[in-house]
Amino acid sequence: MPTLETELYRGGRFVADDAVYVADGEPLPANALALVSKKRYLAEREVLDAWQGRLGLALETADTLDGLEGTLDRFATIVLRFARYADGRPYSLAHRLRHRLGYRGELRAAGDVLQDQIVFMLRGGFDALEIAHAGTRAALRANRIVVVPTRGTAPVVQSLAAAE
Amino acid sequence: MYRYDQFDRSFVAARVAEFRDQVQRRLSGELTEDQFKPLRLMNGVYLQLHAYMLRIAIPYGVLSGRQLRKLAHIGRVYDRSSGHFTTRQNLQFNWVRLADIPDILSELAEVEMHAIQTSGNCIRNVTADHFAGAAADETVDPRPYAELLRQWSSLHPEFTFLPRKFKLAVTGAAVDRAAIQVHDIGLEVKRNERGEIGFAVYVGGGQGRTPMIAKKLRDFLPERDLLAYCEAILRVYNLEGRRDNKYKARIKILVHEKGLEEIAASVEAEFAARPVATANLGEAEIARIAAYFAPPKFASLPARSSVLDAAQAKDSALQRFVARNVSAHKAPGYGVVTVSLKPIGGIPGDATSDQMDALADIAERWSFDELRVSHAQNIVLPHVRLDDLPQVHAALAAAGLATPNDGLVTDIIACPGLDYCALANARSIPVAQEISQRFADLDRQNAIGELKLKISGCINACGHHHVGHIGILGVDRQGEEFYQITLGGAEGADCAIGELVGPGFAADKITDAVETLVETYLKLRRDPGERFLDAYRRVGLGPFQEALYADA
Repeated sequence: MPTLETELYRGGRFVADDAVYVADGEPLPANALALVSKKRYLAEREVLDAWQGRLGLALETADTLDGLEGTLDRFATIVLRFARYADGRPYSLAHRLRHRLGYRGELRAAGDVLQDQIVFMLRGGFDALEIAHAGTRAALRANRIVVVPTRGTAPVVQSLAAAE
Repeated sequence: MYRYDQFDRSFVAARVAEFRDQVQRRLSGELTEDQFKPLRLMNGVYLQLHAYMLRIAIPYGVLSGRQLRKLAHIGRVYDRSSGHFTTRQNLQFNWVRLADIPDILSELAEVEMHAIQTSGNCIRNVTADHFAGAAADETVDPRPYAELLRQWSSLHPEFTFLPRKFKLAVTGAAVDRAAIQVHDIGLEVKRNERGEIGFAVYVGGGQGRTPMIAKKLRDFLPERDLLAYCEAILRVYNLEGRRDNKYKARIKILVHEKGLEEIAASVEAEFAARPVATANLGEAEIARIAAYFAPPKFASLPARSSVLDAAQAKDSALQRFVARNVSAHKAPGYGVVTVSLKPIGGIPGDATSDQMDALADIAERWSFDELRVSHAQNIVLPHVRLDDLPQVHAALAAAGLATPNDGLVTDIIACPGLDYCALANARSIPVAQEISQRFADLDRQNAIGELKLKISGCINACGHHHVGHIGILGVDRQGEEFYQITLGGAEGADCAIGELVGPGFAADKITDAVETLVETYLKLRRDPGERFLDAYRRVGLGPFQEALYADA
């Protein structure tokens, strides 16, 4: 599902991003971060693990983490797609990736990433947000996200305050 | 009671600001109703048949006089000088304007209240025994644990977009007044033989269109593991609960479809893998929260009050009230007073702003400034000196709040029904009012004894009809309101789902049907000590069906 017009928000600002969603069966790009599906990764694991380029895993909302145990350090990023923002499974997948599977790399939210859920995503352990929604990008640029604090998570407040 | 710390204050203030911005965007047209809906729902704002409705959280039903006075004020300024107490210990205002809601939320924040998570597919207001900290039969006060759960679940980033809503209830007494077995998670705080505190953990109970009694996951979860274990349950539910059909999305369906063993295995595996950082609830944190709920300084009093005895001898209304609406307190010389919001012919759970002010005054003067909302839609004054009961009774009577019907047939639970609710199939309130009037005679009510009658205006069962000794469910039959009757439901430790007695009754026949059931019971009971529920359990549906459908 390559690219709707999206921008990547990370560490309190919009940053350049060379990630490319690679459809199953398509060749991997030479000079970009290649995002592959779980299905493809599991089917071509040996080839992909041996590949020298940068590789990321793109998980759909309904994907489970079965079969991924022990392989996660291979990925430069793991993308968790929100099919609809009201479907909160990616939050729990993010938690399991971090705390049950010990993944330490970047967690990226994609799909239905909207203004009013951004604070949940940042607090829920996402490091980067792929944002397609123009109003949400404008709100972030104008620092119009109201940050509702939560116990013991001051860094989220800081990262958003530093956005401008 | 719990007092907001700096964090709570900034959290609620930020939340009001956020919602003010969202309302602005809605009113300006930047947000469509579809986009706005989930945002308003997260702030307790519903759109009903005639107006917006605001549902305010009353955490585990605990209120101070100052808070109740604020609710009275909001009712007066922004609604029609009244409010409606719900079966989840919350308060609803049925006639507010959307543009006013940010101001109402600001006013609530002044008294440490809000409407967050009273709606939406998130963890809802945590409920608890309304006699907590007062009842003579209590093992452990459940309020500190309810407060810990409230803090943990408030805007929990992982659990704000669950498959469906999620309700927790906590009791600290073997006599379950919090109906924990019909909640998504039910917790009974208890002590083991070594005196340590822990929890019996139930999961997968609920009412609605598929009523289920919860199953026990743990008999004694250590106190320190409370939050980590609840988190494990929620994570399994968030990932595995059904999202293809909202009517099959509650955790009760997951537990039912997968079976207790498989769910238990998933939860235990998730719990075992918990990160170190969230592993334990520290003793210091538990003690810090528990200190907010330290018992008030009870005076040393004899168990019997000669003042009260003498007053009762002269005042039969007081005598009736004490016999029916005062329960045993853990401190000698005190009683727990249930203030009925079920006057004959009234709307169950409604209180006027003037009545709320009167209750606030009474609580401040005679109940250590504490009030509770019960899931039976009544108000509780938890700590009243028996010596003061004559004055408290007189003050309640002056405010129209001394109806001595706690637990009797006119102490009806009813949902708002088709008079307000967009989901309802039939009206509930007029049915409750007519039944209440039919059984108005107090001697008759007392002769009938304990009888829990609960009415829902649709299959969503907000009126808890499944667990009524007599349950009434309103349905739509080709455009006409019809009422089905279930018998034998119960919500406590002996939890049971009522059984359908037979075909439904038209609106003008349902009160007669209830009367037939009551008369049938009176004829067949062994003695006045055999309650309606006991008699039903002994004889079953048969005699009641015969009486109801004899002419059919």
